[in-house]
Amino acid sequence: MKAFAQLYAELDQTTRTGRKVEAMARYFAAVPPADAAWAVYFLSGRKPRQAVPAKRLKAWAWEQAGIPEWLFGECYHAVGDVAETLALLLPDGGTASDRTLAEWVHDRLLPLRELSEAEQKASVLAAWAELDRPQRFVWNKLITGAFRVGVSQLLVTRAIAKVSGLDGDVVAHRLMGHWEPTPAFYAGVTAADAADAALSRPYPFFLAHPLEGDPAALGPPAEWQAEWKWDGIRSQVVRRGGQSFIWSRGEELVTDRYPELKAMADRLPDGTVLDGEILPWKDGAVQPFADLQKRIGRKTVGKKLLADVPVVVMAYDLVEGGGVDLRDRPLSERREMLEVLAADHPALVLSPRIAFDTWESLARQRAASRERRVEGMMLKRRASPYRVGRVRGDWWKWKVEPYAVDAVLIYAQQGHGKRSGLFTDYTFGVWDGDQLVPFAKAYSGLTDVEIGEVDAFVRRNTREKFGPVRTVKPELVFELGFEGIQASSRHKSGVAVRFPRMLRWRTDKKPEDADTLEQVKALLAQGVG
Amino acid sequence: MAAPLVEITDAGLYCPVGDFHIDPWKPVGRAVITHAHADHARPGCGSYLAAAPGRRLLDVRLGSPNLTPLAYGETVVRNGVSVSLHPAGHVLGSAQVRLEHRGEIWVVSGDYKLEADPTCTPFEPVRCHTFITESTFGLPVYRWDAPADLFAEVNSWWRANRDAGLASVIFAYSLGKAQRVLAGVDATIGPIFTHGAVERITQAYRESGIELPPTTAVGESVRGGKKAWAGALVIAPPSADGSPWAKKFEPASGAMASGWMRVRGARRRRALDRGFVLSDHADWPGLLTAIRETCATRVLATHGFAAVLARWLRDHGTDADVIATRFGDEDETQAPEEPPT
Repeated sequence: MKAFAQLYAELDQTTRTGRKVEAMARYFAAVPPADAAWAVYFLSGRKPRQAVPAKRLKAWAWEQAGIPEWLFGECYHAVGDVAETLALLLPDGGTASDRTLAEWVHDRLLPLRELSEAEQKASVLAAWAELDRPQRFVWNKLITGAFRVGVSQLLVTRAIAKVSGLDGDVVAHRLMGHWEPTPAFYAGVTAADAADAALSRPYPFFLAHPLEGDPAALGPPAEWQAEWKWDGIRSQVVRRGGQSFIWSRGEELVTDRYPELKAMADRLPDGTVLDGEILPWKDGAVQPFADLQKRIGRKTVGKKLLADVPVVVMAYDLVEGGGVDLRDRPLSERREMLEVLAADHPALVLSPRIAFDTWESLARQRAASRERRVEGMMLKRRASPYRVGRVRGDWWKWKVEPYAVDAVLIYAQQGHGKRSGLFTDYTFGVWDGDQLVPFAKAYSGLTDVEIGEVDAFVRRNTREKFGPVRTVKPELVFELGFEGIQASSRHKSGVAVRFPRMLRWRTDKKPEDADTLEQVKALLAQGVG
Repeated sequence: MAAPLVEITDAGLYCPVGDFHIDPWKPVGRAVITHAHADHARPGCGSYLAAAPGRRLLDVRLGSPNLTPLAYGETVVRNGVSVSLHPAGHVLGSAQVRLEHRGEIWVVSGDYKLEADPTCTPFEPVRCHTFITESTFGLPVYRWDAPADLFAEVNSWWRANRDAGLASVIFAYSLGKAQRVLAGVDATIGPIFTHGAVERITQAYRESGIELPPTTAVGESVRGGKKAWAGALVIAPPSADGSPWAKKFEPASGAMASGWMRVRGARRRRALDRGFVLSDHADWPGLLTAIRETCATRVLATHGFAAVLARWLRDHGTDADVIATRFGDEDETQAPEEPPT
């Protein structure tokens, strides 16, 4: 635990990814494989099911600290992280523990789930008493999850590649999918033999960069393939060894949630991996994303839901064919093979290629994106391999301009993590008669300087507090952008918007210049909804 | 109950009987000043009364004002109100203002801390009936480590950077914190450079008789170009963080010295490598200790987590309330302790 707490501190003490990778590599090289496996597990964002509800941890901590619940709440709002708040409030005491991370996980963390509340309390209090402040913090993190130490699976991958001398792509591939953090697993990840792709394992997704400028800068149109940018769930369909697996981009195995996709995959030849988008699909046309939301998160789907919201995978790439990893082949070749495959499998919906000779003609077609219920276009270099992660240059997303509405800041709440202690989470209202009705929440789009100014405004202009939420003087106007709008009976305004964010702070506008609910509802009629 | 000895007006804290203001934020006739930070000491008043050790700092900050220096503990009488100044331990010359009128005693704390600080006189509790206290760090998550432990951390960071060929840039408020850092670090590790704003105040500290290790202002010609910074400690105000000025020390490790660094989010937001938890304000246990030692029957909290502190005190049987000043807005959090000058 000492070494892991030290690693956590080192990761936390630098903003440079290079140093983070070095710190992890040093750790992996120094600790037993059992510890390394658990460190990979936690640092790549995985966590066991939370053994002790945060509510209990909080109650024990305020009891230990001798403070009332309301004061704990005030502290939590200022800190923005449960594990950290607990560690800061607990009375001093304890020393560094010499037992290993794996011992702490196996002997103390995992058994917690099976204990009664009283036994849990005794165990957690004993751990708190035993550990020093940095270790206590890490211990709390192990229980509550959400490490927030600026490490992604990609960085963990790089660190393992560094210690093992393996190619980063090989490590990334081995880290995908379901695995147990055992010494054997870690040995497998770092083993030299690369022919080990487990049956279910998808490939790391290749992600596109947003295209900001003129596509003409990309070169001759003939070198590019254009497709619509579908608004669904990025997914890989894996068919190997007579089994089918559906993965979402969050690396979640979702096979059971989409029986119709499994049925389609079951008919694919062995050794096939498709990359595509899960879309709600009816009568040959894509349906609003809001429909798909009814399926997301449902572990079991009833007959009615299956009939109401059928889904397809809109396939756009073939990553593995005939059991061969095709990622190094050019897109043009992969696409050809995908089309051949689709010809034999009518249930496989192919993402159409958009015909264009000039960038101007493509831009004209893009203008019709909303009517098609797509977010814009994807531009892919025909010669491009299927890369790992967000690599610039070959795949671009060329989204249509978002909808924009001027709205007034009416509520604010403090953020979390990096934004803890700052009012960064805002609710905006539009006019309905002489009332401002809440219409969207937005957290992103402002610069740090602007956030500082809005934060100061909120503190000076708070009218009421409801728990962590402040009602503020309606004065600041922001232009909000969003991707889609839908009628909703669950929202006070009667509309729900998708991906709302702040486009700019309209310091030139007064609250009375903000848009009205009527104007917002008029957008509903524009086709997307 | 008698009329309050101190009330809040448009211009700030005001003693109606004595007819003077304490740390006014608008120009007034007569001002009593707790310390030289810009949100407490503003120019334009007819006359100033302040603790003698801070005289030089006020000269620098306010441009030689019409100032009467008062030794700690010395009393002057204004319209029948006895006024005396007592060490607050915040920065050089910082004072609590004690007011006595017909047996009624009020103390205005200004900003204060209880930790040892070689650059100023330590805080002294003053018994009173009503205590107006700051509450910048009025949450129990704010607890400071012993200064010796903290400086051991700073020194080992500086030493490791030096050995790796990096400059160590530490952001600290130019009045008070910067000098406390100077007094606390091990100056044998390497040369120390300062930002112009820090150097000016450091000079004023030296002229006030505070011993500090030698420093060189960055602006002055430094031989050796880029190499001059490797291994050095650079002390700069927080406003220099992220500026082109700060870039010239690269390759460097950046750190901030502030009580806000107790919470990881505050440091990570600034994208700094290190946050040293070093504050010139009282932490939560410090606030409670200071309040208890005044034996005050009534406490007015201001400047910080005032509502939280007042509620805690009320729950523990002390008559307490919030008094809204502009030393920081209600529930001020991440604002710099020292506004840009």
